[in-house]
Amino acid sequence: MLNYDIVIIGGGPAGLGAAVEAYEKGVKNIVIIERDKYLGGILEQCIHNGFGLQEFKEELTGPEYAQRFIDKVEEYDINVMLETMVLEITPDRIVKAVNSKEGVFTIKAGAIILAMGCRERPRGAIMIPGTRPAGILTAGTAQRYVNMEGYLPGKEIVILGSGDVGLIMARRLTLEGAKVKAVVELMPYSSGLTRNIVQCLEDFNIPLLLSHTVIEIHGKDRVEGVTIAKVDENREPIMETAQYISCDTLILSVGLIPENELSQKAGIELDPITGGPIVNEMLETSVPGIFACGNVLQVHDLVDNVTAEARMAANSAIRFIREGGFKKSNISVKAGKGIRYVVPQRINVDNIDKRIKFRMRPTDVYNNAILAVKSGDRYLLRQKRIRLTPGEMIDVNLSKEILKNADEKEGIVFLVEEG
Amino acid sequence: MEVKEITCIVCPLGCRIKVEMEGGEIKSIKGYSCPKGLEYAKNEVTMPKRMVTTSVRAKGGHLPLLSVRTKEPVPKEKIHEIMLELAKIEVKAPVKIGDVIVKNILGTGVDVIATRNLYKKEVS
Amino acid sequence: MKEMYDVLIIGAGVVGCSIARELSKYKLKILVVEKGEDVASEGASKANSAILHAGYDPVPGTLKAMLNVRGNEMYDELCKDLDVPIKRTGSLVVAFSEEEVKELYELFDRGIKNGVKGLSLITKDMVKEIEPHINDTVVAALYAKTAGIICPYGYTIAVAENAAQNGAEFVFNSEVIDIKKNGDFFIVKTHKEEFYSKYVVNAAGLYSDVINNMVGAKPFSVHPRKGEYLILDKDQGYLARTVIFQVPTKMGKGILVSPTVDGNLLIGPTSEDIQDKEFKATTREGLNKAITVAKRSVDKFDVRKTITQFTGLRATPDTEDKDFIIGESDVKGFINAAGIESPGFTAAPAIAEMIRDILKDAGLQLIEKVDFNPKRKPVIRFTELSDEERNKLIKENPAYGRIICRCETVTEGEIIDAIRRPVGAKSLDGVKRRVRAGMGRCQGSFCGPRVVEILARELNISPLEVTKHGRNSNILTAETKKFLLEKASEVLKKEVYENA
Repeated sequence: MLNYDIVIIGGGPAGLGAAVEAYEKGVKNIVIIERDKYLGGILEQCIHNGFGLQEFKEELTGPEYAQRFIDKVEEYDINVMLETMVLEITPDRIVKAVNSKEGVFTIKAGAIILAMGCRERPRGAIMIPGTRPAGILTAGTAQRYVNMEGYLPGKEIVILGSGDVGLIMARRLTLEGAKVKAVVELMPYSSGLTRNIVQCLEDFNIPLLLSHTVIEIHGKDRVEGVTIAKVDENREPIMETAQYISCDTLILSVGLIPENELSQKAGIELDPITGGPIVNEMLETSVPGIFACGNVLQVHDLVDNVTAEARMAANSAIRFIREGGFKKSNISVKAGKGIRYVVPQRINVDNIDKRIKFRMRPTDVYNNAILAVKSGDRYLLRQKRIRLTPGEMIDVNLSKEILKNADEKEGIVFLVEEG
Repeated sequence: MEVKEITCIVCPLGCRIKVEMEGGEIKSIKGYSCPKGLEYAKNEVTMPKRMVTTSVRAKGGHLPLLSVRTKEPVPKEKIHEIMLELAKIEVKAPVKIGDVIVKNILGTGVDVIATRNLYKKEVS
Repeated sequence: MKEMYDVLIIGAGVVGCSIARELSKYKLKILVVEKGEDVASEGASKANSAILHAGYDPVPGTLKAMLNVRGNEMYDELCKDLDVPIKRTGSLVVAFSEEEVKELYELFDRGIKNGVKGLSLITKDMVKEIEPHINDTVVAALYAKTAGIICPYGYTIAVAENAAQNGAEFVFNSEVIDIKKNGDFFIVKTHKEEFYSKYVVNAAGLYSDVINNMVGAKPFSVHPRKGEYLILDKDQGYLARTVIFQVPTKMGKGILVSPTVDGNLLIGPTSEDIQDKEFKATTREGLNKAITVAKRSVDKFDVRKTITQFTGLRATPDTEDKDFIIGESDVKGFINAAGIESPGFTAAPAIAEMIRDILKDAGLQLIEKVDFNPKRKPVIRFTELSDEERNKLIKENPAYGRIICRCETVTEGEIIDAIRRPVGAKSLDGVKRRVRAGMGRCQGSFCGPRVVEILARELNISPLEVTKHGRNSNILTAETKKFLLEKASEVLKKEVYENA
């Protein structure tokens, strides 16, 4: 059995950030396990820019951002296993993996950092009725084909979902000469970054149909068209508004799901709202010594935040190896009115030096609202926020001093108070 | 007096900036949160520019495409032409990240550079 | 001299393939002509409830009854020989009222008359012991020990592979457009070519009426009866251990809740008569109906855990007795195995035996082959191997160490094998049906591009030619840059024209 102090599962931005941080902080017996042929994760296919504004004060494309870390991994000669799939992790931190050179093998880990990222919600999961022709694919898969494999999935495209991946692909496909006929969005607002609405849709006059959805797919062998309809307040289609759009491709950008099959099988508790593990302020999951960061923990919009989170996880893993463990969580962290979820979901203030960073998303769009933190009836924080939208993650730093005022029984609650 | 309202795209804040113009000249700008935003607003109403990120065909590399970008933003109206121009190109591996693939694309003064390494494909 | 076949079978569904395999035991030249691109690619064989029925449902004295019971018995040995997973889960027909209990008695009687073994009527408590998650409203049930679950397309593919192994030939993408009797043999025409055969067996499912009428035999008609299904994630599979039916109606056995042999939960089918034989779409109404009615049996399932939905079209005969249409037609040498709807899958091996006997009676010489091999080469399934077995395998063939479908843990070695076997996969769906790559939670989002690459490499075609299920179902449209280059050359032409 192999032995590593830290085993990092996933070689995308989260895994890379954690590995480089761990190494720089003095723990060198680490390994990154990556299932693809190269490091970089999803960044490799994200050839658009918008990455690194915070981290590097530069506007980089995905591969450029990844390369900064890959260069360090190579410079430090950090162990990397490519084309290797983790089959199983156990609560006592044994990792079982397989590749074509070593076959099936096991690793004993001092600590594990989960960085597996997320997968996309497919057509079947949202039950769009109709036929099952070729030409239906998720935006990430389309992106892989167009940017990495060198193929266009179609010529006349309808995109369902105005999440960032969908918006980016609307632009990408248009630039490559395809016609994107519409981006159809179920909600009355887009979940993508405002920047992407402007740069990907408005720039190219691609219609954004809010409060609409696809109600049927047509075509025997290849997509021939879709029927779309407006939806009511309950997101149910209003049949009288149904209209047919001819197209040969339907691209789905209808949600990212953290990839936690391995976590679940290891008995790690998951948060049903985030889809990721329940963690404490150290980003430690319910299994001691197993940490989570990046999209596997919660779906991020900015890779810079993923890197910051990954660094935290690395430092926590190092502390775990050196100190043996942390104090058990004694304060629950809950999402109140207007907040969809908060990470971490539980804390113990004695584990930290200075502050805890909480990340969350609102349930709706709020303008000029107050972001508040309460423990029982007591306010720990009240902050004015000009604009809150589900498409953009919120950061709140609470210092140890402020958190000391939290009541153990009541826990702390993050909520939105309308202005 | 004309008022142009734009969404700044420099960072995710997406500030809504109002630009008052009279006779083609900027009279006032309100709503930005940083100097980059102010700069963006000024440019967007007079000469909108965009970064172009795309790929070019590659030969002999570990991938069939090399991802590239314009080093700086280029005039928005030239994007389509730039895409057509870049479609004609085929690069040969190896290529280093940052290498100039096309110098001064279509007379814009902006280079198109590689955004990844392209390794030579091993012939087994 | 044009090749003369002894038997030409139209349709490579479970019936056609079973007949081919049965006949491949004898020294005969056999050809299976299929309009789709693959075995079990067009009709009901790939879109059904995946059940081996016990046989209490068909009316006693019918072919359905006799062949259902006989077929059911044959599957254990067949699955062993063909290396196809099968689970004898048993089935329950549950009653929720005293009225419905009366129906259970009726079914029990029928089952006894049909010769079904292992039938019993059980109380609510016994039902809950077998199925702890069944709704508390259950009153009683008919328990059938011999019912089971299987992968229907996996089985059909295995049967076809073994038939091919033993000399049966298959042609695909060949829709029969005309059949003429020419003296003592038939000329069967497709768009591409003509085949000559002494006997023709019609196993064309939903189109078996079209085929029958083509040859000028006494006409009958077959219409589609649509059934919509949902498949739920494996974490819902625990909710049913047997196949759970509700009391049948005249439209069929009704909507069931069943585990699949791979561990998913299957809900459906609905039952709706339609006209269009090509209408294979799911509908909002159909899916909602399946969900609502299924909840009568087990209301605990989480619909949000659905991973895919599909529609199957039953080949329902428009005859008085609604029975299988099996026999030599009034055109000598033209044998029907037509109008095969439920329990057609269960009955398939028995139908094959019956067709063999009919052909014998019709004059076909059956000389047994000494070298008939009933077994196909065992299929390596990575998920079922121990780590030691995996390591031994990977040492010999590193492709088994590369996992392509992460949701179902399918290796490159298995995919390559599925393509290279006789009657191998030629498309994305072909690979999917053989090794399950693309049948998991992400429905091919991750493995899709990789499977396309492997198919292109193995079949020596461009990825642009790889299809989802044959015909024009190409996955990809053009190489990146193609549309731009076309536009660029148009611009150039325009400039040249303008400057001329």
